[in-house]
Amino acid sequence: MTLEDLQELSEKEQQRQSEKKHRILYCSAAGCVSCGSDKVSAALKAKIKEHALEKECEVIGTGCLGLCGEGPLVKVQSDNTLYQNVDVQAAEQIVESHIISNTKVAAHLSDMSAPFFASQTKIVLENCGEINSESIDEYIGVRGYEGLARAVNEMQPAEVTEEIRKSGLRGRGGAGYSTGLKWGIVSKAHGEQKYVVCNADEGDPGAFMDRSVLEGDPHRVLEGMAIAGYAVGATQGYVYCRAEYPLAIERLKLAIKQAEKMGLLGNRILESQFNFRIDIRIGAGAFVCGEETALLQSIEGKRGNPKPRPPYPSEKGLWGMPTLINNVETFANIAPIIRNGSDWFSKIGTEKSKGTKVFALAGNIKNTGLIEVPMGIPLRKIIFDIGGGTPDGTEFKAAQTGGPSGGCIPSDHLDLPVDYESLSKVGSIMGSGGLIVMDSTSKMVEVAKFFMQFCMDESCGKCIPCRVGTRHIYGLLDKISKKKATQDDMVLLEELCMMVKETSLCGLGQSAPNPVLSTLRFFRNEYEVLLQPVETYMGEPGVEVNFEK
Amino acid sequence: MAVKTLTINGEQYSAQEGESILSVARQHNIPIPTLCHLEGLSTVGACRLCVVQIEGIPKLLPACTTKVEEGMVIHTANEKLNKYRRMIVALLASEGNHVCAVCVANNHCELQDLAYEVGLVRVRYPYLFPKKTLDATHKDYVMDHNRCVLCTRCVRVCDEVEGAHVWDVAGRGINCEIITGLDYAWGNSQTCTECGKCVMVCPTGALFEKGVTVSEMEKKKGFLKYIITARQKKEWVSISND
Repeated sequence: MTLEDLQELSEKEQQRQSEKKHRILYCSAAGCVSCGSDKVSAALKAKIKEHALEKECEVIGTGCLGLCGEGPLVKVQSDNTLYQNVDVQAAEQIVESHIISNTKVAAHLSDMSAPFFASQTKIVLENCGEINSESIDEYIGVRGYEGLARAVNEMQPAEVTEEIRKSGLRGRGGAGYSTGLKWGIVSKAHGEQKYVVCNADEGDPGAFMDRSVLEGDPHRVLEGMAIAGYAVGATQGYVYCRAEYPLAIERLKLAIKQAEKMGLLGNRILESQFNFRIDIRIGAGAFVCGEETALLQSIEGKRGNPKPRPPYPSEKGLWGMPTLINNVETFANIAPIIRNGSDWFSKIGTEKSKGTKVFALAGNIKNTGLIEVPMGIPLRKIIFDIGGGTPDGTEFKAAQTGGPSGGCIPSDHLDLPVDYESLSKVGSIMGSGGLIVMDSTSKMVEVAKFFMQFCMDESCGKCIPCRVGTRHIYGLLDKISKKKATQDDMVLLEELCMMVKETSLCGLGQSAPNPVLSTLRFFRNEYEVLLQPVETYMGEPGVEVNFEK
Repeated sequence: MAVKTLTINGEQYSAQEGESILSVARQHNIPIPTLCHLEGLSTVGACRLCVVQIEGIPKLLPACTTKVEEGMVIHTANEKLNKYRRMIVALLASEGNHVCAVCVANNHCELQDLAYEVGLVRVRYPYLFPKKTLDATHKDYVMDHNRCVLCTRCVRVCDEVEGAHVWDVAGRGINCEIITGLDYAWGNSQTCTECGKCVMVCPTGALFEKGVTVSEMEKKKGFLKYIITARQKKEWVSISND
């Protein structure tokens, strides 16, 4: 396999697809599967067979189509028509009316010109909902593996790293460290063996960006990892995926097998001297294993406990060797950057935050689903234009980003541009991309309590501030929510939050108090109305002691 | 190896490259409270008592795992650090079932000493009173989980010095517990060599010898230095148990 072979394959695949009159794509990502897209696809296939249309039509399972709240979704690619809430009956109608008699099924039609679709910029998700997520040919058909081919054949490893650095890409896992800089450190670190690790241990409640990318376009992540391996001098990669994503693991396994068979992974990739193998490691569901040092311990087969940094994994990581760890979404950005150049990428986004960001919209919002927007887009646009605002016209109250490590952003800050710096200025973080919208019915003390319970349950127990501190913060929040707390408890709560934040060992503990601190900052009155007046705290009222007896 | 100079609490000191801040502080009798750290075992940076403030670094860093660097300006104690240390000891006290008056390690307990050192007079957090068990199945020793502070010294000494790895940690968060083997009773352990190292490095009365009563369990930690110097330098040092 060479670059020319790849291009030939790509043309052949495009030719094959153009010969089809209709390509009917149904969403085969976990969201739609859970509401019955299997039955829909069976119905579509049966109808196509019944009318003997197999030659001119194909029915394909594709990645996330975005509008998860309205699933199952079906798309007719030839005329870019999207159907929502498709059941078996609707599926049959689509074939009989849309495919055969060319009349669209109005009852299930989704408006593709709505801001939900029109305001998005797709890089990471460009193939989700366009190609068969289980076919390497279709991936090659959309210039897949061209980036890898260009990197190994036409570029020096240092040039690849420089290209990524120039693009301004920052880690999409949450902290936003410069990807090119990290690659540079790993490539310069000394070690007999180097590793590339993909962090697919997505654990934030309400976040499903990485899952959707892995389920919809697994080859893109593998290609990104292979390019990274070439740039830093690694020959082994690991995808650390949580066990709760069985479909993603299945698709990854298939994708690795397909790529190895075609010489795109394994030894002498694309007839160069570059060897790179990828294996999957499955996590047992601990949230802390998304923290890089704990993740590496888990890959080594040990208990997933974080270790103090420095030394950073880029110097001493897996089995003491230099290790590059990036998030799924970061790797998914690599191939297009190499293919289209860093200038193309750095034109998108803001000065310090380049490119796009995938968000999982959830909570009290009309359009629940997966979106990709350019960095710097105002929060208002995400929530009200793309997300459609709160359902039933209730009043918007706050948006929560960054999951249990992030914070709440109130309505006063709705015009905030969504980039790394602006979000941290208001006490939240970009995080991996979970965005939970809350309306006036949400109680902020309960929100803080929910996230604190999550952190308490997910603490590994290694360091004292996180192990015991989160337990007491939870206890205090519980006391406040049950109206049993006093002003004294508020003092304790704030002290504990600062102490846990400043003294914990790893990112989980250091960021665990964020939901409490940010709700205290913007919604302090909601805490205070629940407090007991001090008098009753000092002693039971109405008890009189008669000393004369 | 290069020599580094650094400032601790306003005074200048020299240190070897690769040395930890804690090691330099100990050499010059600068007090930094520690719990999980024990000379001779690997450092884990878990108890967070030794966190220090380094100028130019926004985060507090543990003295035990942070290596010295040229020109570092370190503060080992200030109002905030003292407060946080007091809070950490208070959290430990609230977490287990620590009752000094009936404890075998009373007056010989590092948790007790720490409480004095950091000036803890009152625990403001509600005591959690966890339901913990006591394992007295071993013929010579007892493990009382009520008094365990999860410093993992026993885990490390058994793994790193004795080479048996009888102990490990199970569970998560507040429910963490030290276990024997794959959570067997200690007496049924096939790997325990009955050496008693774990008992001697335990900072509290969680691990103790059978037959001792209140205040009688004095730990002898000098053996660790004895073994490690013998292994590394092939020298036999006299044991002092301080």
